[in-house]
Amino acid sequence: MQFDSFSDFIAMGGYGFYIWLSFGTCALILLGILVSSLRDTKRIMASVEQQIIREARIKKAKQEQVS
Amino acid sequence: MWKWLHPYAKAERAYQLCNTLLPYFAVVTVVSMIVGWVWGLGFAPADYQQKDSYRIIFIHVPSAILSMGAYSSMAIAAIVALVWQLRNAELAVIAIAPVGACITAIALITGAAWGKPMWGAWWVWDARLTSELILLFLYLGVLSLYHAFEDKKSAGRAASILAIVGVINLPIIHYSVEWWNTLHQGASITKLDTKAIDPSMFWPLMVNILAFAAFVGTVTLIRLKNEILQREKHRPWVRLLLNKG
Amino acid sequence: MNPRRKKRLLVIIAVLFGIGGSIGLVLYALQENINLFYTPSELIDGKGPNKEKPFIGQKLRIGGMVVPGTVKRNEQSLQVSFKLIDTGPLVTVRYQGILPDLFREGQGIVAQGVLIEPNVIEAFEVLAKHDEEYMPAEVAEAVKGIKHEKPKYNLDSGN
Repeated sequence: MQFDSFSDFIAMGGYGFYIWLSFGTCALILLGILVSSLRDTKRIMASVEQQIIREARIKKAKQEQVS
Repeated sequence: MWKWLHPYAKAERAYQLCNTLLPYFAVVTVVSMIVGWVWGLGFAPADYQQKDSYRIIFIHVPSAILSMGAYSSMAIAAIVALVWQLRNAELAVIAIAPVGACITAIALITGAAWGKPMWGAWWVWDARLTSELILLFLYLGVLSLYHAFEDKKSAGRAASILAIVGVINLPIIHYSVEWWNTLHQGASITKLDTKAIDPSMFWPLMVNILAFAAFVGTVTLIRLKNEILQREKHRPWVRLLLNKG
Repeated sequence: MNPRRKKRLLVIIAVLFGIGGSIGLVLYALQENINLFYTPSELIDGKGPNKEKPFIGQKLRIGGMVVPGTVKRNEQSLQVSFKLIDTGPLVTVRYQGILPDLFREGQGIVAQGVLIEPNVIEAFEVLAKHDEEYMPAEVAEAVKGIKHEKPKYNLDSGN
């Protein structure tokens, strides 16, 4: 470990602001794109599921009409 | 080429391939990202001139390299899409573009946060910085072109053409520090003749480059899966996925 | 024209303009940078085949190495002056403001300012240029035999 204490680590020899600004925005952007991509998967699968339910309902309604 | 590509031209096979690869990419990303950040931030020694501020290199250089790497992959996918008329390649173009744009934004932001304390300015209109900014515009251009067309066939073609034309920017970015009198320093890790970067800093940097590459791969695979699912929504195989999981 | 086509056309035009505009801007910026960039010897002896010299009052950029021992700071203000060198003549740069952390004697810098005497520039921006070498302090000491510390400036209250 290059730093003696946790506060030294945060201070980064006086460059803490720039270091944590960089690493912070980097982490935010990476997490942002990852989470939004995973949410897209869920959204698409949910819409497929709804479509199946809707079709089943239509089928059922038609059968009831016939009988 | 066609023989090898053909099975993956089918959407279902391509989707399965993404699913098989995804866990490997995800594991490599998580492990190397944690190792790389802890090593770079806590254990690599401080630079003799720039002291601790140089630690930004551990995300700046990987994101800059990957911003260009992702663009090359996108352009290759675009060529395959145009020449072999593969819809999956077209979807790959659209899957990579947002990831590449994010990585390019990271390279620009971390560069600014490094430039301010060291050079004395957040931004200079230097050839390296300007051409990297244009790379961001190219990614955004490809995305907005694709979304501007209702007809996805012409949308894919237009986006692919722009992606291919934009490749000219890649050598400009790479050689900008040699061709013009830039404030940005030259390349460190591709300079083979001299030891520009000490091994104690070089290895954590390599781990971080691997981490960013694996991250780009992971998110691209997730997005490619999404694009395939979106397009094949009404096919029976997609519906079967719901029963399985 | 139907709205869909109109939207598509607008986006294509915007993308084309964006690309064209950025290429134009870059070329302009580079032209500007190259034309207005001088080294100390070019400033004194003239630049290019016609040995063109800049005129007094011209805005320009100068790049060179800070000559060790020439950095003079005013104790009361942020006023600082130093001399730049490349291969021959010296040029004096005056600047008021905070210098970047990498600014030190023997370091390459780029200053932007106005020429006020044939060899004196009043700078409004001083940027430090660094090299592509990264190493720990102990290695630098062993390899280069130099110890990099924040330089001690010659304090000159009369400046």
